[in-house]
Amino acid sequence: MKFTWFNLMPWPYLPDDFRETNRSVWVDIDQKLFDPAKSHAVYNTYMDLLEYADTLGFDGVGVNEHHQNGYGIMPSPNIIAAGLARRTKDAAVVVLGNSIALYNPPVRVAEEFAMLDCISGGRLVAGFPVGTSMDTNYCYGQIPSLTREKYQEAHDLIIKAWTTREPFAWNGRYNKLRHVNIWPRPIQQPHPPVHIPGGGSVETYDFCIDNTYSYSYLSFSGYLRAQALMNGYWKRVEERGVDKSPYRAGFAQTILVAETDEEAERLYSEHVSYFYNRCLHVYPGFADAPGYRTIKTIQTGALSQYAPPTGGYTQLTWKELTEQGHVIAGSPETVRQRMEDLIKGLNVGNIFCLMHVGNMPADKCMYSTRLFAEKVMPKLRNMFPDWSDDNRFWTTPLKDRVTSGSLPKQAPSREELMKTYAVEA
Amino acid sequence: MDLKTVQTTYAPVRYLVGGSGPDLVYLHGAGGITAEDPLLAELGRTHRVYAPLIPGYGDSEEAPEIRDMLDFTLHTWDVVQALGLKDPVLVGHSMGGMIAAEMAAVQPNDVSRLALIAPAGLWDDDHPIADLFATMPYEMPALLFHDAEAGAAMLTAGRDVTDPNFLQTYLVTNARQLGMAGRILFPVPERGLSTRMHRIRARTVIVWGDSDKLIPPVYAHGFKKGILGAELVSIPEAGHMVTLEQPKAVADAIGRLG
Repeated sequence: MKFTWFNLMPWPYLPDDFRETNRSVWVDIDQKLFDPAKSHAVYNTYMDLLEYADTLGFDGVGVNEHHQNGYGIMPSPNIIAAGLARRTKDAAVVVLGNSIALYNPPVRVAEEFAMLDCISGGRLVAGFPVGTSMDTNYCYGQIPSLTREKYQEAHDLIIKAWTTREPFAWNGRYNKLRHVNIWPRPIQQPHPPVHIPGGGSVETYDFCIDNTYSYSYLSFSGYLRAQALMNGYWKRVEERGVDKSPYRAGFAQTILVAETDEEAERLYSEHVSYFYNRCLHVYPGFADAPGYRTIKTIQTGALSQYAPPTGGYTQLTWKELTEQGHVIAGSPETVRQRMEDLIKGLNVGNIFCLMHVGNMPADKCMYSTRLFAEKVMPKLRNMFPDWSDDNRFWTTPLKDRVTSGSLPKQAPSREELMKTYAVEA
Repeated sequence: MDLKTVQTTYAPVRYLVGGSGPDLVYLHGAGGITAEDPLLAELGRTHRVYAPLIPGYGDSEEAPEIRDMLDFTLHTWDVVQALGLKDPVLVGHSMGGMIAAEMAAVQPNDVSRLALIAPAGLWDDDHPIADLFATMPYEMPALLFHDAEAGAAMLTAGRDVTDPNFLQTYLVTNARQLGMAGRILFPVPERGLSTRMHRIRARTVIVWGDSDKLIPPVYAHGFKKGILGAELVSIPEAGHMVTLEQPKAVADAIGRLG
């Protein structure tokens, strides 16, 4: 199993009446709600929490990309990842990911991911999302019905840039480059493992299968509602005649642990409510630009993953959110049982653990994270013994890695330096 | 109007045809067009009307190769040619007006009469056009019609909104039609027409509904200024869907072109 500690980085100061007084948490969110001075502590606390997860033995620390978004103040995940590459030791740096249709030219992603892989010593997991309609179309102005074509070209260009050892010309529809020759290039060969976040687009299943990429379903509605979508994926895997390694798939799940189920509710319910009621308040007009999803995907009946459950989240109590699996919360034993159900039910080897929720303060987050790492994670380690050697979807770091802060405390004296660099007679 | 098919390079194109008189080509807006369109009926009294559907509209095949403004413009010229028409009266509404203006700008010697009905294609920072692509269905009538209530009835006419398949059909239609329209209208409905429209030589009439809330009437002046000798006809008690709200007045304005 691979457990990645994930932080969406929500803005924790949305007002109580946010839903009533704002149309959307995303795209046209009120500028005045962001306080740059307060963000200084918010960013640093969030990065500290990611670093803390590394010390507890999580397999990865995860970041993602959103724009103009009140629950994701990370328009550039690579900036956070650069900090993590320096300040973490063993965890994979899971960037899930860069919306590659938005970068001009996408060679920029090949370069920045290569830098992250080099700085981290080969610990990068590279995510290539198409990007939500809110981010890609409404914030960044990509034409909805051409987004996938542009994404595909960006992907092909990045992989070629990573794997070609001499300069080449790229005559694409969206990118014309006479001299592609990225410098640096990644440590991991032929390139870092690739994870593709998807929301039920059937074309994405084949794309992952064809390229041996892991398919990640990043949902906020929990594992019970994900069953139908993941069944569709595994059915396709079977049809294509490839193996059903659980590491072909990943799933994001909100997880909150306390000593008892009651304590979990007492400690965390207000933060869960903040997330589901304020952070997911997205104006439906931004959810799905016409042409963004393919006809085939719409015809499968899959709703946009940002479509709220019938009645909306506002109606859902803590009891319903936990019982329906939107949130897995409770004592270590409760969480272990439900995680087992999730892992077996969806056949997923990569879990993106959403362990910071809404406006949760750092102390509660550390408490829950530590309990999960110490009392739950060890019991879930060996869920797929048949696949324990399957490393196709995870990192291959250098054996000997340097860490930040390895310089001597003081600069050498002149005498010491002369001695070190003495000319042999 | 009859629905027929003509072959072009990219796809078989569906077109509505009817009426008698001089040839007239009508290019529909982003919402598409039906055989029952009242303006086509009006125009059919005096003209032989051809209204081709943009690929992906109605039951027509999609044409993924048509991506940008030049593709739309040349494709529509291909349609005119495939229909065997020479110098038809060229009429376009909204997105269709944008395409018609581009056609007249790239082949100025082939268009002598042009009618632009609330055309898209220009942008004025002081009067930003509403984001049609972020507008919910229930918000459409107020945005598109002078009389929102009557407009809502026209938009839902003939559709059974209680049908469980309605939502999926609606989403598919929207993805096909507005997905295609988005190629020249998203996220800002401007693709450089202002730098090309000086090339238009056609006798031009610009038609605008006085209470157009999608593309406000102030845009009419941009077109009037940019096209030599263009005449402006303002139509009262009409919004952006002036074609549905005041079809007779629009047909009369087009009639001025002879």
